[in-house]
Amino acid sequence: MKNIVAATLLALFCLSAFAIDTAPAFADPVQQERYERLARELRCPKCRTESIMDSNVQVAADLRRQLRELMAAGKTDEEILTYMTDRYGDYLLYDPPMRPRTWLLWAAPVLLVLGGGIAAAIVISRKAKLPDTDPSDPGLGAS
Amino acid sequence: MLKYLVPIGLFVVLVGFLYAGLGRDKQTLPSPLVGKPAPQFELTRLEDPSKTFSNRELAGKPYLLNIWGTWCSGCRLEHGVLMEIARQGAVPIVGLDWNDDREQALQWLQKLGNPYSVSAFDGDGRVAIDWGAYGAPETFLVGADGKVLKKQTGIMTAEIWEQEFVPLLQKAAKP
Repeated sequence: MKNIVAATLLALFCLSAFAIDTAPAFADPVQQERYERLARELRCPKCRTESIMDSNVQVAADLRRQLRELMAAGKTDEEILTYMTDRYGDYLLYDPPMRPRTWLLWAAPVLLVLGGGIAAAIVISRKAKLPDTDPSDPGLGAS
Repeated sequence: MLKYLVPIGLFVVLVGFLYAGLGRDKQTLPSPLVGKPAPQFELTRLEDPSKTFSNRELAGKPYLLNIWGTWCSGCRLEHGVLMEIARQGAVPIVGLDWNDDREQALQWLQKLGNPYSVSAFDGDGRVAIDWGAYGAPETFLVGADGKVLKKQTGIMTAEIWEQEFVPLLQKAAKP
């Protein structure tokens, strides 16, 4: 009985594996951190909702190997990301660059807030000008 | 009246976006290679590891590059179409056997027929990455000028071949 409880507790509190690779790719913790950061910035082209860090399909493993080799060859982050997008396109980046095709994507939050703000301002200013139609209503602020 | 036009207008725009999204293929990534020079490679031949093949040997001629593997069920489905394209003989097909086992791949070709003019063995998937491959089968048409003219991600069908590739072949033949 004790064993079952222990096993259940263990199963409940076990954390999912954070990395697919069994061993750290780099002995240097700074390089390892950079490797993990870059691998999380790159989307797995096969599985879409996962980064190449999180996916264990073959092509993600191959791209991780490519990433390690490019890092070992002393390439900069930018050179590595360009290497990837030259082959797979901007889709691979979780942080897509600003381009004529993507400006709407980047501008959308600002445009929505501005649009909502303008609409709210118009409605509020109109309502403020309306006469009080119900004389029995003491109005806001009256106790 | 204007009061109603604005929400109706917004609704129409929203419906327009949703409708346009309905027919879109969200699975296929557009290849950045189309219109650019085809990546060069040199690999061992599938049937003989002591011999190499480089696509430089095909410079000046159009060719198809088909990325496949014995682990790929779609490749089995399109195999008959590749055999037919090879039989027509309009363009040579280069086979790139991707992340595969040499022995199994040779058995596959023996059993199902060999549509490839030449087969290169990409055992660790490096060349496939250069071509931006992410899911076999993938088929590229490379023109005589060495540029990628078209990419088909997924199964090649007789319809896709006739409608999308054959019209490009004439263009492909021009250096």
